Amino acid sequence: MTTTALDWSAIEADSRFQELHRRKSLFLWGLMAFSVVFYFLLPIGAAYFTDLYKVKLWGVINFGLVFALSEFVVAWAIAYIYSRKAAQFDIMAEAIIKDAQSMRGRA
Amino acid sequence: MNATLRHLRPALAAAAALLATPAFAQTAVNPKYTYLTFGVFAAIIGVTMYITYLAAKRTKTAADFYAAGGGISGLQNGWAIAGDYLSAASFLGIAGLISLNGYDGFMYSVGWLVAYITVLLVIAEPCRNIGKYTMADILAFRNNPKTVRVVMALSTITVSTFYLTAQMVGGGVLVKTLIGIDYEISVIAVGVLMLAYVVFGGMVATTYVQIVKAILLVIASLIMVALVWAPYGFSLPAFLQAAVDDPNIQGRVAAMLGDPAKNMSPTELGQRFLEPGLLFKNPIDQISLGMALVLGTAGLPHILMRFFTVPTAQAARKSVIWAMAIIGGFYVLTLFLGLGAAMKVGPSSITAIDKGGNMAAPLLAQYLGGGADSMLGNLMLAFVAAVAFATIVAVVAGLVLAAASAMSHDLWVGVVKGDHATSQEEVRAARICSVIVGILAITIGILAQGQNVAHLVALAFAVAASANLPVVLLTLYWKRCNTAGVVAGLLIGTFTAIALVMVSPNMTYPKPLKAAAEKVVAAAPAKIAKLEADLAAAPDPAAKAKVEKTLVAAKKDKVVAEGTLKKFAGDDTSLVGLEKPLFDLRNPGIISIPMGFLAVFLFSLFFKDERALAMWDELYVRSNTGLGRAGISH
Repeated sequence: MTTTALDWSAIEADSRFQELHRRKSLFLWGLMAFSVVFYFLLPIGAAYFTDLYKVKLWGVINFGLVFALSEFVVAWAIAYIYSRKAAQFDIMAEAIIKDAQSMRGRA
Repeated sequence: MNATLRHLRPALAAAAALLATPAFAQTAVNPKYTYLTFGVFAAIIGVTMYITYLAAKRTKTAADFYAAGGGISGLQNGWAIAGDYLSAASFLGIAGLISLNGYDGFMYSVGWLVAYITVLLVIAEPCRNIGKYTMADILAFRNNPKTVRVVMALSTITVSTFYLTAQMVGGGVLVKTLIGIDYEISVIAVGVLMLAYVVFGGMVATTYVQIVKAILLVIASLIMVALVWAPYGFSLPAFLQAAVDDPNIQGRVAAMLGDPAKNMSPTELGQRFLEPGLLFKNPIDQISLGMALVLGTAGLPHILMRFFTVPTAQAARKSVIWAMAIIGGFYVLTLFLGLGAAMKVGPSSITAIDKGGNMAAPLLAQYLGGGADSMLGNLMLAFVAAVAFATIVAVVAGLVLAAASAMSHDLWVGVVKGDHATSQEEVRAARICSVIVGILAITIGILAQGQNVAHLVALAFAVAASANLPVVLLTLYWKRCNTAGVVAGLLIGTFTAIALVMVSPNMTYPKPLKAAAEKVVAAAPAKIAKLEADLAAAPDPAAKAKVEKTLVAAKKDKVVAEGTLKKFAGDDTSLVGLEKPLFDLRNPGIISIPMGFLAVFLFSLFFKDERALAMWDELYVRSNTGLGRAGISH
């Protein structure tokens, strides 16, 4: 693939690329924000809501342990959700790559 | 190997002879079974050397040396990332933290996994699409290449050296504690082995050694968890119930809480071990550490470099997902290892060998195999010790490769040679740089003996989060980002993080240490006299043994306190001349990370850079589509 011949600005301006960019940004930063908030809830909660963490849910297993374990499950779930969604982005990117050579400045 | 053994034997004898009191001479491995340890060590070293031999035949071009020719699969890279990340600090350290502090230790492990969400979502794929061999490649794409290469290479070398020093010193102490080899000899052994992997096998050997080590680590942990959990029918509530009912754990909590524990029932004490607050007292510090982990991992040069070894962005993505499965699974296992060690070995026996708790997992292995006097117990301990040793060597290899690549690819080829060097010249330069960094690592390791280096890993993460991550992230995602912003971000982020640590409680402050030591020395004669009287009056051998143990500990405390007084005689201030910390946080991230980002924003806006703007479209299209990146050329 020769890259010198590509008109990068035209590709960037292409509606399909803009659509990919919009969807991807929304999805990635949204997921990122959720994961950061969910993660910091753990140490913040442990410091300021200690009584809640001590509530026993199942035998000696308390809310704090369940919450800490849920961090692992959520991290894995995010990885899974992302891999599914990224496969869609791959298809969109594939279409752009295919037509990249013919995208030329229209201005 | 025979030559090594001949050197080790006299060293072992010398080390044993040097140690005055029995408490000092305590190593984890029963001396009777040292041969087992050496056998397992030899086997693991032999396997990795064979890998290096095969890899050396495949390492011909610069792409091979830095990035394994882009020929590593997603699954393989996932294991290698896990290998890079599960350093001795997380393998032994987190198990130890859980065994001594219960819930807080487990909570600590969570951030190390969550860190990979950042890597997965915003870093791995763009880096694969834009970069070639080093972090500076990503920045050089749209910024002034020479300028950013110099600054980024220096930052890479700084971060890698902090991490490296912690690994070398930690590794030397670990090997010494486990099997009693001299500190200097273990540091040299780690250094020489690591250099063999890196110099001959480059990234190919480093990657496969990481994979082998990560698999061994997971196997060892799975076996131990199966053995420790099986008696409870693999039921989580039953296992945790046993932890709550365990007298070792109840005793530990009572000792940690002091007076407030007097009104608590044994069950309440045990339950307290599963609740937060035993270790972490300062939530702001916790959040600061969390920020450094979550943003710093994605800025560690030796982790980012791993994404240049896979052929496509899809493979990079797959490798992070595998790494998250392996690393997360491993930390869940650590919960069992830590609580298991607290129950079966007991916190007091763990801290008797290593105050930080690093020996929790190895001692649990010994217990599960049948105890300190059994052959199987010592074989299991030897296996865990050898895996820990392989872990240190492999992690150090990854770090040296990252630092050496920055020196040869960015500084020598990129700046000095103006990007004109043949592949052969570049490989030769990379090998020479590896030797330089390796010798530097061994020297620093030996010089830093006895220094408190635990905070250096946290510092490496803080610098990575405050300097490296902001510049990489904004170069990839912010149109206005440019050379001035990148240079300012790297410098200000790095210096803020380092400066805050220099005035933080992480440093050694002689005054309070001396005050505490004086107290111990003053109280010691009376305490020892009383214990000696108790010893004489002890009714039976069991009571006698118990008093004797306390007596030995009291004498050891006195010797340590006297040593402290002597060490800091006439010295009242820390390295930077402070009597007490100026800054109350051990982790600077909460301040230095915003500073790094702010520096990139402000300097990018103040200084115009036409090239950075002009290259934006190309960078952004490439990073999102992988266009123009047909794989690494040979």
